[in-house]
Amino acid sequence: MTELDNGKKAEREDRWSAGVIPYAEMGYYEPDYEPPPTDVLCAFRITPQPGVPPEEAGAAVAGESSTATWTVVWTDRLTDYPTYQAKCYRVDAVPGTEDQYIAYIAYSIDLFEEGSIANLTSSIIGNVFGFKALKALRLEDMRIPLHYVKTFQGPAHGIVMEREYLDKFGRPLLGATTKPKLGLSARNYGRVVYEALRGGLDFTKDDENINSQPFMRWRDRYIYAMEGVNRAQATTGEVKGHYLNVTAATMEDMYERAQFAKELGSVIIMIDLTIGYTAIQSMAKWARANGMILHLHRAGHATYTRQKNHGVNFRVIAKWMRLAGVDHIHAGTVVGKLEGDPGSTAGYYDTCRALKQSVDPSKGIFFDQDWGSMAGVMPVASGGIHAGQMHDLLHYLGEDVILQFGGGTIGHPMGISAGATANRVALEAMIKARNEGRDYRNEGWDILRAAAKHSRELEVALSTWGDITFTYESTDTPDVVETPTAT
Amino acid sequence: MRITQGTFSFLPDLTDAEITAQIQYTLDQGWPCSVEFTDDPHPRNTYWDMWGLPMFDLSDAAGVLEEVNACRKAYPDRYIRLNAYDASYGRQTVALSFIVQRPAEEPGFRLDREEVSDRRIRYRLHPYALDRPEGQRYSAKS
Repeated sequence: MTELDNGKKAEREDRWSAGVIPYAEMGYYEPDYEPPPTDVLCAFRITPQPGVPPEEAGAAVAGESSTATWTVVWTDRLTDYPTYQAKCYRVDAVPGTEDQYIAYIAYSIDLFEEGSIANLTSSIIGNVFGFKALKALRLEDMRIPLHYVKTFQGPAHGIVMEREYLDKFGRPLLGATTKPKLGLSARNYGRVVYEALRGGLDFTKDDENINSQPFMRWRDRYIYAMEGVNRAQATTGEVKGHYLNVTAATMEDMYERAQFAKELGSVIIMIDLTIGYTAIQSMAKWARANGMILHLHRAGHATYTRQKNHGVNFRVIAKWMRLAGVDHIHAGTVVGKLEGDPGSTAGYYDTCRALKQSVDPSKGIFFDQDWGSMAGVMPVASGGIHAGQMHDLLHYLGEDVILQFGGGTIGHPMGISAGATANRVALEAMIKARNEGRDYRNEGWDILRAAAKHSRELEVALSTWGDITFTYESTDTPDVVETPTAT
Repeated sequence: MRITQGTFSFLPDLTDAEITAQIQYTLDQGWPCSVEFTDDPHPRNTYWDMWGLPMFDLSDAAGVLEEVNACRKAYPDRYIRLNAYDASYGRQTVALSFIVQRPAEEPGFRLDREEVSDRRIRYRLHPYALDRPEGQRYSAKS
């Protein structure tokens, strides 16, 4: 496109003729565009069908996620369409691949309703993922302009308020998910809660699929779990909590359960990602109004976050959930049984906790992100971790994290309480050693063995799980080595 | 019982050398220390009494330990904790907090239950030490 005297872009002559013309020639590809700081920016990994040029594919994504449809419509001319058109402004080949490109697309902030994840996502991922011109499409990252960030509530409490509320500082928090996930009666379930908390954990947790089934209805579970919580507080003199899962079929049911959890004096409730973005925002609003910490389990996310060429990267989900207002989110362990390479996981943790993020290909971060003063979300590490990995966990995940040892607590040969104690001793010993300036990463085993001398619980844990590792290759890693080349 | 508030309650009580190492770490982070004491161990007792103001300008770990020891001498039968404070933007809260002295005997807590309607129970956590007035709660003489 050429520049006219008045500064506007010249359009092709037949731009408004009825029929089909390439998206790139309808204004959706604009390599000279310099996005203002108010634009929402997206980085899409695109895999065009053979014969479709990457610029056209990028323009098609821009078009279909903003104003365009498949054919020319004259009604565009009733609007200031250049404002509302998304613009693909850069396309880079992905190093080490034949047919993948990163398309950068800018959207005017005017395209989005203030404070609505549902509206943001309906626009950005609503229509384009089934598009025939693309073999595959993945949303890798987003830059949410600070102007738009400020229209969201953000975490109901955030990391700092949660720590003050729980009176727990200077170390990661510890949790465990009650096992078996399904089948325990309410009375037996509360026993697991009590044993784990009195042994030294800060939190226990309902699993994502514990809602209100025939073997244990929600109200009964809440009553017995809170008996366990209160009993453990009396035994230890510490604040304790159990994530009461309020996930249910309707908002009315969820509010009823949350209200009951509040009446029982719980400090925390829990929801699943499966309830949907709007329900999550509603519960975040309720949680802030009622002084309740809000835990989010990312149930179902791997159906669309795991494959490298298609779906939505988890760092984007984490970003949306911080805006939506949860206090906790599961964000990977690096060393446990579930997917997560160290670089990507560090990027997720930054997305949860940092006030400012900078472009960092090694962490998969495509944009600078300014969170303003929005509180951080506490990341949760859960799935196949145990006390013998404490040095690695502290190294990779830092201090503001909840380490959840489900099997690693409940499966302890001396019992649940002993399992909890082993984890707490290992954690405190590692923090103490780090603060003393020890090379805790390399001396981790020595530190744990020394701590086990005064803790039979830790000694048994180390001899049971000490050498269990999960070293499988990650399916999803950032493409970092080479600098992407512009096409 | 042993109350397990604070960062290092599951480890054997820290020696003065170990406490000094932790103080040095916090000072290296730019976190000033403060000393607080109480004889009310309730987990919701947020405001322990301050042993002077936070030591904003004290950058010598031995000097901080001296204050810990002065507080121990004045209140030998109370809980004493050392806090480090992070005033940086985005934190502005306690960064590390651990107990550096406990009473010889920790009688623990009574859990009172009040049964109300529909099988609900109201809980009340009662530290046994609170049955006596402040200052006499852990003293063997009274």
